[in-house]
Amino acid sequence: MSKPQLLEVKTRVSGQVVFVVFGFLVALFLLSQIGTQTEWNDRARTIAAQPRLWPAVALCVMVAGFGLHWRLMRRRRPNSLDWGEARRWIEPLEFLVWFIVYVFAVPRLGFLPMSLLFACALTWRLGYRSKGALAVAALFAVAVTVVFKGLLGVNIPGGQIYELLPGSVRTFFLVYL
Amino acid sequence: MIDILPAAIEVLMRWDVALALLVGSIGGVAIGAIPGVGPAVAIAILLPATFSMDPIVGLTLLLGIYGSSMYGGAIPAILINTPGTAVNALTTYDGYPMTARGEGRRALSLAYSASFVGGIFSVLCLILLSPVLAKVAPMFGSREIFLAALLGIILVVVAHRGQMLIAAALSGFGILLSTVGLEPAAYTRRYTFEQSWLAGGIDLIVVVLGLFALSQAFLLMTMDDEKVRLPRARGSLLQGFRELARHPRVAGVSASFGVVMGMIPGVGEFTAQFMSYTSARNLSKSPQSFGNGSSEGLIASETANNAVPAAAMIPLLALGIPGEALTAMMLSVFYVHNVVPGPGLFQNDMDFVVALYLALLILNVLVVLFLLASTNQLVHLTRIPNRFLGMCVLLLSFVGVYSIRNSTVDCLIAAGFGMLGFVLKRLNLPIVPIILGMVLGGIMEVKFRTSMARVRDPLDFIERPIAFILFCLIIVILLSTIWRARRDWKAADRRTPQKKASQAFSKRISGRSTRHFENRTKQQRRRRFYDHVGS
Repeated sequence: MSKPQLLEVKTRVSGQVVFVVFGFLVALFLLSQIGTQTEWNDRARTIAAQPRLWPAVALCVMVAGFGLHWRLMRRRRPNSLDWGEARRWIEPLEFLVWFIVYVFAVPRLGFLPMSLLFACALTWRLGYRSKGALAVAALFAVAVTVVFKGLLGVNIPGGQIYELLPGSVRTFFLVYL
Repeated sequence: MIDILPAAIEVLMRWDVALALLVGSIGGVAIGAIPGVGPAVAIAILLPATFSMDPIVGLTLLLGIYGSSMYGGAIPAILINTPGTAVNALTTYDGYPMTARGEGRRALSLAYSASFVGGIFSVLCLILLSPVLAKVAPMFGSREIFLAALLGIILVVVAHRGQMLIAAALSGFGILLSTVGLEPAAYTRRYTFEQSWLAGGIDLIVVVLGLFALSQAFLLMTMDDEKVRLPRARGSLLQGFRELARHPRVAGVSASFGVVMGMIPGVGEFTAQFMSYTSARNLSKSPQSFGNGSSEGLIASETANNAVPAAAMIPLLALGIPGEALTAMMLSVFYVHNVVPGPGLFQNDMDFVVALYLALLILNVLVVLFLLASTNQLVHLTRIPNRFLGMCVLLLSFVGVYSIRNSTVDCLIAAGFGMLGFVLKRLNLPIVPIILGMVLGGIMEVKFRTSMARVRDPLDFIERPIAFILFCLIIVILLSTIWRARRDWKAADRRTPQKKASQAFSKRISGRSTRHFENRTKQQRRRRFYDHVGS
């Protein structure tokens, strides 16, 4: 294999035109909004001090990059293969919803209970339904809570549900779990 | 340098630094050995956790993961033909054929020893270069740093051969992201669309976690699990060290490529190992064995990729310019602790810099000892099912994003970038230009504004020698890229296969009615003639 061949990356062709056209249209839209979304400062002494300069540079690079790539593509109009690939991009939306539900639930139900629930339920959903797999998932959730909140002390607030616990246990749960 | 050594050793002797080094190096090896995770995901997740640590502790932990993951990544690359980290891809070319021949342990041993040589060589280069860096770094003012950052962006784009236009567009997107929110000079809003949550700008770590960690979780959870069969491997893990001694030239050249390419912002491991692999093949007495289980090929790729992490710290520490995504993430650790990497670091905090060098040196020794003792256990990490791994990464990503400032909005932004990263990974398009665009875009804006305030004539901008050299480099790289693109340019063939076949046929039979058949006869005659000569 020659050096250029080794260095060149193989991109997936199907679906690329959809992404490139989408990127191009977004960049064009943002560029069209530059007058309202950035300001021209009359008191700026040099062009470098203009608030509009770098958004303009970035958007021009985006429009030129996406536009030229689209122009040089072998297939400029999406066909059924491209739309098929684009449909695969919405597959992770289900897991995105799982993630968002988890994000909203943690401040209410607490990090440890929600992590346990999330890990076991998602493991079940992903098709690992043996007792062993669920036990490993639960162990992982406990380990994450203990390491990150208990030992490293990362900033995750205690759940509102912990307020129902009695005195000293409540403090322990709020601080470490 | 030598007078700073005791102070640096004292820093490293602290229990928290030593623990971070141990956890980072062992954790990095384990993360590297699991295909589908990689150091970028791990560093992105751990980044917010390091903000509460001392800069030296946090950086040692992240450096440990960065420097040791490639050691671990060689295990699945050699044993099951799946690179543990992206930069171990070339290791599969020669590592797996060796395993197929029943020489798996020899290949692993060679990979460990080559990685060790690469790692140690680059740290020694870093130590030897630091007096020079300490002298050169203060010569970098605003305009030099602006030009170096611009050079970094250009090199990131140029390094993505075959994807240059997309890489340029994505780095433009990164620069745009860095401008969103209140700008620091006139305090005007940019691209906030009257949304208060955009006024503070888009956090780099949120973007990093979305693009690297969440997207990887989505990708893993939508994948099928693979059945992994671990081959039986016999032999000693020490034989590679003896074998490596027979190829000092390959190891030396590859480590040098790693150091040089690591120092140049935007180039990184891929170019380093491809160049060292190609040069090793050109220098080899048996180039035909490359790709079929050549020990020299394995040494070249593993030495080069392990020489990069230490070298990549040079532009970060000396100029404050990250060369790739992982050092860009580390830059945020510096900023959080108000330690400004750049020329001042070498003048004011040399003991901190030397402690980092020493940490890297110790890290390589620790990792090799750990690998020699635990390879048999580590290989089982490759058996973790993809989708289960995806669940683990998703849970850890939450910890990473939410712990920054307990913001649900941050989590939603990260989820959005996770979807974008998923699409980019599906299309095999680069993510790194977005991150570097975001980091270098911010640096370029600030430095350009500062430097232009002191410039009267445009030519004043490049009047200093370093600025002039950087400017010339930018011009040469741009011109050579344009020249190469023009030379290799071919108009896209947009005909359908049927149309192409029919046009080829009509071209062949056009003109005289017998020409098609004449050509055929000629070909047959020629073939017969050569057959005769050959026999």
